[in-house]
Parts: sequence; structure tokens; C-alpha cells
Amino acid sequence: MELGKQSRRSTYQNVVGIIVLVVAVVAVGWLEIVQPFGLRFRDLTGGMVTFDTLIRIGIFTIVVVGLNLLMGYAGQISLGQAAFYGLGAYFSAIMTTLAIRHDVLPVMSRSWWWPWLAILGGMALTGGFAYLIGRPILRLRGNYLAMATLGVGIVLYTLFREGDNITGGSDGISGIPRLAIGEGLKLWPIERYYFLVWGVAILVIIIALNIVNSRVGRALRAIHGSEVAANVSGVNTTRSKLQILVVSAMIASLAGSLYAHFQALVAPSPFGFVASVTLVCMAAVGGLASIWGALFGVAFVFVVKEVLRARMHDLLHGAGGEHELIAYGLILILIMIFMPQGVVQGLTEIYQGWKKGRQQTTRARDKTESSPRYQLIDESN
Amino acid sequence: MSEPFLEVDTLCKSFGGVTAVNEVSFEARLGQTVAVIGPNGAGKTTLFNMISGLLPPDEGQIWLNGQRMDGNPPHKVADMGVARTFQNVQLFGNMTVLENVMMGRYRYERSGFIRSALGLTHQEEGQTRAAALRRLKRVGLADKAGLAAPSLPLGEQRLLELARALAAEPRLLLLDEPTAGLNAVETVRLAATVSRIRANDVCVLLVEHDMSLVMSVADWIVVLNYGEKLAEGRPEDIQNDPRVVEAYLGQENGNSAA
Repeated sequence: MELGKQSRRSTYQNVVGIIVLVVAVVAVGWLEIVQPFGLRFRDLTGGMVTFDTLIRIGIFTIVVVGLNLLMGYAGQISLGQAAFYGLGAYFSAIMTTLAIRHDVLPVMSRSWWWPWLAILGGMALTGGFAYLIGRPILRLRGNYLAMATLGVGIVLYTLFREGDNITGGSDGISGIPRLAIGEGLKLWPIERYYFLVWGVAILVIIIALNIVNSRVGRALRAIHGSEVAANVSGVNTTRSKLQILVVSAMIASLAGSLYAHFQALVAPSPFGFVASVTLVCMAAVGGLASIWGALFGVAFVFVVKEVLRARMHDLLHGAGGEHELIAYGLILILIMIFMPQGVVQGLTEIYQGWKKGRQQTTRARDKTESSPRYQLIDESN
Repeated sequence: MSEPFLEVDTLCKSFGGVTAVNEVSFEARLGQTVAVIGPNGAGKTTLFNMISGLLPPDEGQIWLNGQRMDGNPPHKVADMGVARTFQNVQLFGNMTVLENVMMGRYRYERSGFIRSALGLTHQEEGQTRAAALRRLKRVGLADKAGLAAPSLPLGEQRLLELARALAAEPRLLLLDEPTAGLNAVETVRLAATVSRIRANDVCVLLVEHDMSLVMSVADWIVVLNYGEKLAEGRPEDIQNDPRVVEAYLGQENGNSAA
């Protein structure tokens, strides 16, 4: 049956995508470690995109995959996702610095597995928090839901910034230790951490792809398509929306913890309104109802930013930081005008259109060559 | 005749000062098709919304196969074996034709979050897809299975919504003005599908304005007017009931725009 083939093809595409991603990640990581002929990743990109940026792309991809499940599939707007990201980051930071300083559980807190436990604890805490605010908030729709999530984000950001004794206030928390497995395997320097981050990112992508292609994913899309029809089809929409909010929050928290152990410092600024909007932009640019779109959206936004920063003054003499921002904004606008479904869908459509165009030209050519009748009519004027 | 499958008992619903449904009671049996008719604004859709759990009644009770159903949220009502279509077609516009019908199989699927996340749902997906495809074949939409649902003309969209409801293998099927906005050809096609349902021991509740469809398909008719039950009986009796004729005076007999 043709449709069985279609579903097998999309599973096949996903598997191929994962393999390509794994190969690319391993190849770049190997390049950075071995540095054959002194080559490093930044040399491949003319110095514009660094290895450091790749880790940030990985971390943000994790958050945006979760955001995609919530916004793209379930259709619930979140303008406060950076708050969940921040909760994970701060929880890991506090548990691995302050807890030690104040001698909380002295034996446990100095062991190698304590930071990992803190990551899990952060996910549980953030998930629980998302559950508590989700119950009242998810009754709202559209703009109202957007404003409510905006409010939650602002409240948490303010807590991060003003919680001097616990969160370190505007200065934040520094001296966050690196992660390690066992007594011997430290996940640092940066090349090692890169493999951790991208290993987690690939795992999250696989899980998200599984969810999307299953009954749960279909129910989420149904809620987005018509909540009332989903309800009468047997979907407990209240519970499903809450479930996906909690999952996306836990995923964001995980990414936040990875960020904390990468940066070794957490301060409030990466977790405010601008960060939440950037996350939504990345999701939209990549393509909202697409897990691969999350990866491409994050990569695209980062790369554009880096390229602009490196090349802006080549394009316009005397251009500076503000001009970068304008160019960046213009690019986002152009994408939304010409590819509103996101870059992944947009490029797919261009490719399919090009393929169809070639088929039609071939068919048209064949037609005119095999119909002499038209020529006769022309000549018998 | 068998025991009543659906019992609606003195249902009442008001919105602010307006009484939409006032002490409406009737029964329906498995295998029976009951048409609910009445002028626009008579309370038919409100009645449907109460039966399907989208609106809680102010007063009264609803019983399905001896179990209380009023007060249940719509997904619980669905679990009891109730499916419905809507006056304004409620398709999942972000899915294909096939995926819409697959959603109709939701309550027969078992995979929860963990199984889905671990990618263990392959077999279930295959079964759901096969069942949905069979259902599409029976309504004649199988060749459009891969198309986006909103790309279908209205007549086929209504058929699709019906296919989705039937995929749930309901025991009680609520059809809210299924031929509204359809031309003559589309109406005949839909009517044929509705007639075929009767063979399957399903209790069908049908709200319709198209009287020829009602007369040909219904075993029993309940007439509502201004939220109250005006009359009920066999089609032949209702057709000739002077009160019913008077209620419809000034209304068009036949297709009316939704």
C-alpha cells in the first residue's frame, strides 16, 4: 500500500538524518581533538564559527526541541521558556557551589555523581514547577497564554536577579565545577564536553522524533488542529497539554544544567525575556512543527549571528554592533515573509518545486515533438 | 424492541436569561436512528453538546446503557462509546486525511508517553493505519488519504469527519447537520453512508434540516421548538402533525444553509 511506503520512507528519512548527524558530530569532534595538519573546526568556517559555538548550538537545540513539542505540535505558546532553562542552570549551580560552601551533606556533595544528581533534581524541580503553573495557565488560549508565560518568565528572571543570598544576584554564581564520570574521566577540556552535549542532544532528538510519530504526537497535533474535536475523540486535552509542558520544561532544565557546567558561571541575563524570544525565533525560523527544524533553526540563527559579527564591517564600512542587530532583524523578517513555515519546510518545497519543474519541462518537450498536427494547422492558414 | 440505550431525562440548559433547552426527555435504542428536528434556535445543538459532554446540563440526567453520562468531560463520554460530528466541520486541519481518521482510533490505542518516547509503537501504528485506511475505503476517500485535510471540498470534508467518527466504532453516533452546505450530489453520497450505518446496531442521533433525508433515514423523530419537545413519533405521524407544520411555517422545508 502506498501509504505504508510513505510512513516507512519518513521513518527511513529520520534514521538517515540521525546517522548523518552522529557522523557529523563525531567527525568534527575528532577534527578538534586530533587537529590533522594543525586544522581546527574554526578553520573550516574561515574563523567565523568556533568550536565553542557548536556546543552552544547543541545546548540550545535541546531547549528548542522541547519548545517545538510544546509550540509546534501542541500549539501552546511559551514566551517564558528561558525561565525553565534558567531554573535548571541555577539549581545545578547552587547545588554544586553553595551547597558545598555551606557543607550540605558533606560526603555526598563532594563526590563525582553529585552534579549529575543535581541535574536530575533540577529536572524534577522544574517539571514540578511547570506542573503547578501549568494547571491554571493552560486554560488560557492564544495571546492570553502568551502573556501568562511572559509573566512567569519575568517573575523567575526577577527572582534570579534579586535572590542575592541564594542566586548571587546580578553577579550570579561562579566557580561551577566541571562534570566527570567516575573518579577518573573528567568531561573537560572542551572537546570532551562537546561529545557530552551533542550526545544528549541526539538522544533528545531521537526521543522527540519517537513521540511525534506515535499516538501521543498525533494527540498533540490534534489538540493544535481542533481542541474540541480532540476532546470528543477521547483525548484528555487538559492532561496532554500539561504533560507536554512539563516535558518541555524538564528538557529545558537539562539544557540549563549543561550550560552551567559549560560556562562555569550563571548570571541572570541569559534567562530573561530576550532569551525566551530568541528561543521562539529559533523555533520559528527552523519550522515549528518539525523536530529537525529545531536543529536547523538554532544552527541558522547562531551561524548568521557569527557571520554578521565577522563580516559586517566588510559589507558596510564603519558598521558596528547596532548594524549587526538591524541586519539580523532584517534576515528574520525576510525568512518569515518568504518561508513562513520555516527554513526546513521552505527548502524542501523549493527542492520539490525544482524537481517538478524539471519533470514538466521534459514532459512538455516530449509533447511538442510528437504532435505534428499542430504544425499542419499552422501552415494551412 | 430492546431496552432504551440512550435516555435523556428532563434536560435543562440556560445561558444567562435565555432558556436554550427546557425539560427535554426522550429515549433511543441500539439500531435506531432518531432525528431531532426543529426550527433554527430550537436548542438542537445545545442538546447535542450536553449529550457529548461539552456542556454540563443545569438540570436533568443522561443515561447511556444504564450508566450516568451527564457531567462527564467529553473525553470520558468518548470512552463510553460516543462519537459525533459538528455543524461546522471540525477537522484536524494540520493533518492529512488519513491521519484525521487515525485519530478516530485513539481510544483503541494503548501506547502511553513512555512507550511512545522509546519508539515501541511501530506495531500499533501499523494497526491503526490499516484500520483507518479500511474506513476511508468504505466512504470512498481512500485515494485522497495522503492529502491535507483542508484541501478537500466541503462535501468530502463532511464525509471525512464522518469516517473519523465511525473509526471509533461508537455505539452512539451524533450527527449535527451533516448535509449543511452540501449540494445535491454530495447530499446523496452522505445520505447513502448514513443509511449504511443503520445496519450495524448503532444508535444514531441526527440533527437535520433536510426533510427528505430525515424521512428516508429516521425510525423516530423528536421535534424541538424554543427549547421544548413539541412532538415525537414515527416519520409518517410527524409529517402530518399540525403543530409541527405550524412551527415550520415561514421556514423553508428542505435544505437550509447552516
